[in-house]
Amino acid sequence: MTLQQVEITTEELRNLVSQRAMDGETVLLNMGPQHPSTHGVLRLLLELDGETVVNCIPDIGYLHTGIEKNIEAKTYEKAEVMTDRLDYLNTMGNNLAYCLAVEKLVDLDVPERAQAVRVIFTELQRIASHLVWLGTHVLDLAAMSVFFYTFHQRERILDIMEMASGQRMMTTYFRPGGLWRDVPAGFEEAVRTFIDDLPRHLADYEGLLSKNPIFLDRTKKIGVMSGAQGIAWGITGPPLRASGVKYDLRKEEPYSGYEQYDFEVPVATEGDVYARYWVRMQEMHQSLRIVRQALDKLPKGPFRSNNRKFVPPPRAELGTSMEAVIHHFKLWTEGFSAPEESVYVPVESPRGELGVLLEGNGGPKPWRCYWRTPSFVNLQILPLLSKGHFVADLVAIIGSIDIVLGDTDR
Amino acid sequence: MGIESKLGNLGIVTTSLEKLVNWGRAGAMWPMLFGLACCAIEMMGSQAPDYDMSRFGMELMRASPRQSDLMIVAGRLSRKMAPVLRRLYDQMPAPKWVVSMGDCASCGGVYNNYAIVQGVDEIVPVDVYVAGCPPRPEALIHGIMTLHEKVRGEKIREWA
Amino acid sequence: MNSALQVIIQDLEHTFGAKGSEFRGQARALVPPQRILEAAQALRDKHGFNMLAALSAVDYWPQREPRFHAVYEFKNIPQKLRLEVRVPLNGDEPELDSIVGVFPNANWHERELWDMFGLHMKNHPDLRRILMPADWTGHPLRKDYPLGYEEVEFTFNFEEIEQRKPRPKD
Repeated sequence: MTLQQVEITTEELRNLVSQRAMDGETVLLNMGPQHPSTHGVLRLLLELDGETVVNCIPDIGYLHTGIEKNIEAKTYEKAEVMTDRLDYLNTMGNNLAYCLAVEKLVDLDVPERAQAVRVIFTELQRIASHLVWLGTHVLDLAAMSVFFYTFHQRERILDIMEMASGQRMMTTYFRPGGLWRDVPAGFEEAVRTFIDDLPRHLADYEGLLSKNPIFLDRTKKIGVMSGAQGIAWGITGPPLRASGVKYDLRKEEPYSGYEQYDFEVPVATEGDVYARYWVRMQEMHQSLRIVRQALDKLPKGPFRSNNRKFVPPPRAELGTSMEAVIHHFKLWTEGFSAPEESVYVPVESPRGELGVLLEGNGGPKPWRCYWRTPSFVNLQILPLLSKGHFVADLVAIIGSIDIVLGDTDR
Repeated sequence: MGIESKLGNLGIVTTSLEKLVNWGRAGAMWPMLFGLACCAIEMMGSQAPDYDMSRFGMELMRASPRQSDLMIVAGRLSRKMAPVLRRLYDQMPAPKWVVSMGDCASCGGVYNNYAIVQGVDEIVPVDVYVAGCPPRPEALIHGIMTLHEKVRGEKIREWA
Repeated sequence: MNSALQVIIQDLEHTFGAKGSEFRGQARALVPPQRILEAAQALRDKHGFNMLAALSAVDYWPQREPRFHAVYEFKNIPQKLRLEVRVPLNGDEPELDSIVGVFPNANWHERELWDMFGLHMKNHPDLRRILMPADWTGHPLRKDYPLGYEEVEFTFNFEEIEQRKPRPKD
């Protein structure tokens, strides 16, 4: 494999940067793929007039993994392993989106207990993702202690995930039809201890940041986005809700039993970095509400569908029933087939609308699985938001949009 | 040996140059921030208070390659990023070590396709491979301690 | 299907020669490629679909007529409606009108279509590769592009693979 540097040539740059850069009046600076504040391998070509950003051109693709093509080469059940690794801070959410898409495509039922457990884990994952966002965002703004606090709380969520699925991050716990296995014995107590304890820690973080004059100086009136701009650019998730548009897929197009739970959708109107911070902090509180309700209501019953055409039988049955052996063999060697149709299933990930376009072709492998990832779409607005701000503000804006490069590059 | 027993209470210790230099290198090895994907989150998690890496001398992660000794390649390396990795490795001053963290960096991991380099050792020489997807913070710390043992065992003929 | 959506699909069938269909409660319209820009404008201005949620493509190789389907997902936020519009494209190097003027966020989506599928977007302000390196040849998500599967090293084939695999010199 030959390694060669391919820079963007002057001719291509001519369209992208202003004439002032061509004359040498403004400076072209490369905020390269390896940078402590870009939250991953994002390359930004900055055109600077002194310290002010005139234009900012994102260059993505440094983490492109070819997940969509890999999914086309595996059966539906085995491809789920690939889906965790897209947005690696929202692994259970990715699994949920994929499982909902498969279930919709083949018309598979999901028992109530599985739906409730899915909601609990998705909301815990949302809290974990927001904790990482908070820690790394304020780390870029030089508040290092909050980073340590939030990661400590996140470890406790990862302990709960490990208890149920055996893995901290890439769990693949949700399967088409329900869950991989039922939640273990100490699960409810562990979750209850955690959600009873977290509010005082969140109050700590808010106490450190919300009225802090340095934090307010660095975040108020920075990167202002209006609601109309957001909708035109396809922004979804907390950045859109911080600009006054009340749009949350859990309320608009509920899935997995979200209509039974009572929660609010926080909306702010200023549309700056501080508003997005406020919206995400409030979302963490609302997620705790949902987890508590789901845990109180947790119905008893099976944890996975009984439809043996799609769901492999439990191993205990293999000793007694011949049909179970046949189903087990077919499902694990060839896999189940899906009709020659396509579905698009959107869910609300911590970053915005995560949509899966899944198309089958009558065979056991997906023909096309497209992931509409929120970071890919939300990142497009960065040049617009950062015009006229300083480079230090650019760092705050990137943090507030909350991008994950695995999501962007797929 | 002989001289220590006479001068020991004057506050002098004697050792070999090898041991001294290796002890210095292993004691305060600074990693470079090279988190690419999911393994980066576990690397940040092992820097976090629960699995503190600063106990092992890695108090801070330097963003600049010129100020770091250790490159932990954490995550999947795509073909677009490969020249950047080599350039950063070349910019690090000697002595330098590379830890390949996770399955994707060691062997291509889950992804065997057009976009991912099948193992970072196609591009840079690797000292320690840490397996896992992602490896637990304890696994990464075990990898770091293995690297420290390797550094402490280096011979003067190799670096002098 | 929602009655409002039925009205909209009938309007599309009437004005643009579209073909409506439905699967699992999700409405879909097949619009010919010459009319997609007008259809996108009509959907935004007349029917209130103010957000382009997703834009991608599906490759049906070895079938050539059509070979690609460009898939647009439109969303009407005030009335909570979703519509999928598919555009069939023939041949190996098809061209498609860019809807960047109507929905600004189509910019990167269309660059991805060019990069991954080779669909040339007419009137796109900045059509260059987005996810693959700038000097890459080929369009990876096409069905006739290989997966790039490399043989896995086990003990029985370790030596022969090691001879072929590039290793750094230092």
